[in-house]
Amino acid sequence: MNRLVIKNGHLLDPSNQLNRQADLYIDNGRVVAIDHSPNGFIADQTIDAKGLTAIPGIVDLCARLREPGLEYKATIQSETIAAAMSGITTLCCPPDTDPVIDEPAVVELIHHKATSAGHSNVVMLGALTTGLKGELLSEMHALQIAGCVGLSNGRQPIPNTLVLKRAYAYAANCGLTVFIEPDDHWLSAGGCAHNGTIASRLGLKGIPVSAETVALARALEIVAETGVKAHFGRLSSAASVAMIRRAKNDGMNITADVSAHQLYLNEHDISSFNSACHVLPPLRTQRDQQALQQGLADGTLDAICSDHQPHDTDAKEAPFASTEPGISALATLLPLATRLADQGIVDICTVIKAITSSPATILGMNTGTLSVGSNADICIFDRDSSWQLDEATIHSSGKNSPFIGWNFQTRVKHTIIGGVIIHSHTE
Amino acid sequence: MVNKASRPTDSMIGRDNWNIQLDCNGKLKHFLTIEGLSTELLISILDTAESFANINAKSVKKVPLLRGKTIANLFFEASTRTRNTFELAAKRLSADVLNVNISASATSKGETLMDTLHNLQAMQCDMFVVRHNASGATHYIANRVAPGISVINAGDGSHAHPTQAMLDMFTIRRNKGDNFGQLRVAIVGDVLHSRVARSQIHALNILNTGNIRVIAPRTLTPIGIEDMGVEVFHDFDEGIRDADVIIMLRLQKERMQGALLPSEQEYYQMYGLSRERLRLAKPDAIVMHPGPINRGVEIESSVADGPQSVILDQVTNGISVRMAVMSMVLGREPETDKGEKS
Repeated sequence: MNRLVIKNGHLLDPSNQLNRQADLYIDNGRVVAIDHSPNGFIADQTIDAKGLTAIPGIVDLCARLREPGLEYKATIQSETIAAAMSGITTLCCPPDTDPVIDEPAVVELIHHKATSAGHSNVVMLGALTTGLKGELLSEMHALQIAGCVGLSNGRQPIPNTLVLKRAYAYAANCGLTVFIEPDDHWLSAGGCAHNGTIASRLGLKGIPVSAETVALARALEIVAETGVKAHFGRLSSAASVAMIRRAKNDGMNITADVSAHQLYLNEHDISSFNSACHVLPPLRTQRDQQALQQGLADGTLDAICSDHQPHDTDAKEAPFASTEPGISALATLLPLATRLADQGIVDICTVIKAITSSPATILGMNTGTLSVGSNADICIFDRDSSWQLDEATIHSSGKNSPFIGWNFQTRVKHTIIGGVIIHSHTE
Repeated sequence: MVNKASRPTDSMIGRDNWNIQLDCNGKLKHFLTIEGLSTELLISILDTAESFANINAKSVKKVPLLRGKTIANLFFEASTRTRNTFELAAKRLSADVLNVNISASATSKGETLMDTLHNLQAMQCDMFVVRHNASGATHYIANRVAPGISVINAGDGSHAHPTQAMLDMFTIRRNKGDNFGQLRVAIVGDVLHSRVARSQIHALNILNTGNIRVIAPRTLTPIGIEDMGVEVFHDFDEGIRDADVIIMLRLQKERMQGALLPSEQEYYQMYGLSRERLRLAKPDAIVMHPGPINRGVEIESSVADGPQSVILDQVTNGISVRMAVMSMVLGREPETDKGEKS
């Protein structure tokens, strides 16, 4: 039962240095063979992937599903469907839901909703401190038992450095990775744009690069001292890339990611008060943008995430600073990532690794690979199918994307999760 | 490295179009910011204002240019001078004026802002004069009003205050003549939070001013301000030297709370315009201030009231300049809206 073969496709799996045409055999939710049919394998379903590319299902390190708490913006159901249609088979949800993911009941609620929705897998980061208030340690072990794959305080500050140190130490004690979005709350407070010439001209309150680097430097010191496994997410500046590069060269066991929009947009994109480009951390200079691309190309940055933040229409309908930050980004993660390769900025294997095996490894999951025996989460796409992003092609409930009107070449044709075809694109 | 050619232009990405203040004939449709306007357009505003100044000097100060038009003054932020001069300007042009005062707290949400506007649109107003505490608020409104309605920015956050800048240019031209290329203009004070300074800097640049200086403490200097075409000074005595025009900016009391400055006394010592300091400027330098003045904080009383001060002239000139802008915006042929790009 449930035997699937993907024939004639171009398999691209950086975790196995696979980059050639081959057939892929799936049985009972797992990859069972590549190239040659196992003995007695009779396919129940066949996908002819001629001219298409098959990669491991995309693993997104940061996506807000808005449930529980902000169901008027989006739900686990709506966003996991949207993710599946975008080739994303695993979503990692940060703890800043309402209620916060700081106790097992919330983990169970989200897990239950995601399972019954039956689309992309959802994994969670537990809160590092109770209520994300930065004061008391959460019950990290209990959260781990409930299924959290890591811990984070989101963008909420932990003002007391001693609390930060003890939180990291305790996380290390549980063997959990801490996911850090470096932000010095005081330097960024009230800001909505990069502290540069564009914000100065527009009269918008700026967020300096130091808001990121000060927090990053502080976290790096504590990570080094406590020995906790750390992942730094959503970096926005050249200075941060340089700091991560230095720390890695010094032998620190850390990883880092960048959101896809930071690789394509910069401060100039807000110059017409375009609230679709209101994001945190803010879009910085063209130099920062290029340094982020370079950091991805040379491996300083391990992963690309969507930093998906779906919003209702009203959230973006106000003067710039009063709008809510964030981009609805599931639909553009793969198209933007592959475009980096199309433009010759980063090679295709590095790009695919950054959205599959690297994030899977960071989350400690047996996915993001086509190895025999691994979960059969697979994304099959056409690299030569021109389409335009509009509200109809954004399947998320949130239509807030600055990429509306952009033309893309990469289109998802099939998404397979646990050996089951969850989505197939039809013209 | 990014192939910029393959991406749409900014105006295609969002619905908010930057250059919405001009219609398809290059005439002013809205007046939101000085940035991006031509030298010719600024000069024609100044010339039109000059013709209204003559009317304002007469005993009967009314012209029928905007008879039958309705103008709504929408002030989401407190104002006395600006609102009053806009009201007077509209009345002297024979327009009907509706004053709507909305406390900022009641309209902190975008929906309420648009609801307010939709209600006023239903009353068939022709023009909104808007002041709002959020930068970009008037662009936001202008992008969303019905096609026949014009928006004039009476100050948005720290972004722009274009009519103030034009009345300042008018005052400079009346006192110093129309060769801005010979002038050294110093703008002094809290540039960081000042929409007036930003609009003045654009206007002075567009009018080809010889030397534009910004004098401010480092904590109140916007990053990268020199890219807007100014020379930055942190030492007042150095910056004021040989200036023809000195524009003082108002210092808000709350700047002390944000740890931007230690005290008013210290600010006055370092950045207050005293009689002594004024001597470092050209002997015939004029002193300006958009008001309201904090005597003894940014300016000495005897300077504010002294012979070089043109502060009250600025208020008077504000009426003529606002008449000019309103008449240019509303006096266009209505047909020019047709076939305009959306």
